[in-house]
Amino acid sequence: MLTPANPVHKYLRMDRIPHIWCSGCGLGTAVNCFVRAVEASGFPLDTISVVSGIGCTGRVAGYLKVDSFHTTHGRAIPFATGLKLANPNLKVIVFSGDGDLFSIGGNHFIHAARRNADITVICINNFTYGMTGGQITPTTPTDAIAATAPYGHIEEPFNLPSLAESTGAVYVARWTSFHVRQLMKSMKEAIQKTGFSFIEIVSPCPTLYGRRNRLGDGLEMMKYYRENSVIKNGADTRELGMVFNGKIICGKFVDRERPSFLDAYNAKMTERLGPSYQPYKGIL
Amino acid sequence: MKADPKGVLSGPHFLDGDHACCEGAISAGCRFVAGYPITPSTEVVERIASRFPLVGGMFIQMEDELASSIAIQGAVWAGAKAMTVTSGPGFSLMMEHIGLAAMLETPCVFVNVQRGGPSTGLPTLPGQADVMQARWGSHGDYEIIALSPDSPQECYDLTIRAFNLAEQYRVPVMLMMDECVGHMTEKVIIPKAEDIEITERRYTTAAKGEYLPYRTEGESMVPPMTRAGDGHRFHVTGLTHDERGYPVMTAEAQEKCVRRIVDKIRKNAEKIVTLEESETQNADVVVVSYGITSRVAVKAIEMAKAAGIKVGHLRLITLWPFAEFRIRQLAEHIGAFVMPELNYGQMFFELQRVLEGKARAYLVPHGGGTVHDPEVIYGTILEAAGRVIQKEAMC
Repeated sequence: MLTPANPVHKYLRMDRIPHIWCSGCGLGTAVNCFVRAVEASGFPLDTISVVSGIGCTGRVAGYLKVDSFHTTHGRAIPFATGLKLANPNLKVIVFSGDGDLFSIGGNHFIHAARRNADITVICINNFTYGMTGGQITPTTPTDAIAATAPYGHIEEPFNLPSLAESTGAVYVARWTSFHVRQLMKSMKEAIQKTGFSFIEIVSPCPTLYGRRNRLGDGLEMMKYYRENSVIKNGADTRELGMVFNGKIICGKFVDRERPSFLDAYNAKMTERLGPSYQPYKGIL
Repeated sequence: MKADPKGVLSGPHFLDGDHACCEGAISAGCRFVAGYPITPSTEVVERIASRFPLVGGMFIQMEDELASSIAIQGAVWAGAKAMTVTSGPGFSLMMEHIGLAAMLETPCVFVNVQRGGPSTGLPTLPGQADVMQARWGSHGDYEIIALSPDSPQECYDLTIRAFNLAEQYRVPVMLMMDECVGHMTEKVIIPKAEDIEITERRYTTAAKGEYLPYRTEGESMVPPMTRAGDGHRFHVTGLTHDERGYPVMTAEAQEKCVRRIVDKIRKNAEKIVTLEESETQNADVVVVSYGITSRVAVKAIEMAKAAGIKVGHLRLITLWPFAEFRIRQLAEHIGAFVMPELNYGQMFFELQRVLEGKARAYLVPHGGGTVHDPEVIYGTILEAAGRVIQKEAMC
């Protein structure tokens, strides 16, 4: 009997499957949502570039059959900024983890949001460094156990939607890997949006974060998301901080207009240099 | 191929080395620069910021040197020729992405207008103490190319050469200026565009779906490139990778991947290295120098000649790869080498290594902050010549 081809296969580097992610990890779901969102966005695949940093989520770039760049730890955003500015016809998406984007890469995130670089940043937030064995990250909730916080984490985590909004992102949403339909829709909107768009995906790491904190397997963690997520579109992002084993407020919180870096650049140069200025449309 | 005349300001100019470097980049076809302010290099990017909107380029001041040094690589993978510009402290931060450029084989240019170090050191004063860092600063094994200009004219010329070498070998190329050549103002002649040779990027001719990012062709050790948006849907990674650009975590893959990025430079060293040489044929002593120190060495050499010493001069225009084949040849008949540099011995140890004890080597160290007193170099030439002459007398 003929089985119809899986519709997402053409978006994946099937010669690299099986992937390295653990059973129960939320990354597969996020990638699945992403390729469906790309398809729904209507952008030709040849115009899509995905840039990742380092870590479990850093491996996303390597599994997607688009122009894809696995760069250095924390630096996917500035690479993406250069890529997009040299060829503004590309749709550039950064796919990386909470440790990569907000610890070592935190400075790049806030400045890309501030200057409104025309890129989409998708953060898989599993509250831990999975690739190195489950250490604390800037999003690990206070009191959670981690490899480097064996007695419980003492610091306060970042509230990522609030950070993104306050530094200038024009589109901000948060979902969990349970919310596949909402996530796909947000990803499509973010890709279509001009300017710095940001999506946080709360995602299970049953192998490390889940096991150390006795949260059960991947399925248990998904049940937790179902029972403890509250959808509040348009919520005040200052109210979105997460606490250990608390509620997760999801939704689209910010969708606003602000000139992108390139639009502002061309407007300023036209204003100052006059009609002789040829608006910059890329290197080529 | 010849330079794009757009932006080439042909004719004589009175420029400092930093501004000459900017013009060299524009002549070379560079249209993307990312930088972060740092003395004494900032004038390069200030001029870029003013000139680029007029020539179709894009300058962005990034949040730090880590960002600058990878933003340029994003731009290169979208088809641009790109560079970043810094000085010692920023160069330290860029080491991560010099390694990435070596591993991804991203053709790009890093300009370091050297100042005194370590740490914040002497921001406004010269040094030449980053030359080993240029070669070895990032972790792991790799090769780069580094050039050392001794004048504003050469800042212009070697910036173009840096871009050409970057494209030819798909390697990060360092332009190792120093505060003196950066801030010294001299006559700079910018040629006509049709007289400027430019090496264009070699793009793959493979059909869609057939391109392998790290497959070399024929004898070449340098694979052709592609760029995002061309439809090859390729992958590159800083992990050890195979021809497909896919990560492979084995010793065999490491040998194949890293061996080639090392060999493509080592095996072409004689083609890459450029030197300026004078009166080395019948010399007793040869002064080996680079960058601003060469200009001081010339004065010391004149003093030594006036004192009747047979002294030659070898100026390293290429620092890396090191000119070891030529120094080995010279060591066959030269008794002593004198090397002044604005550090306490960096390239000197490379010289010693290559000499293998066949000739004496004398370091003229200097911590930086100013240039050598020519008398000090002259004194070392005298000492070296005395030993050589004594040795000849004993034979």
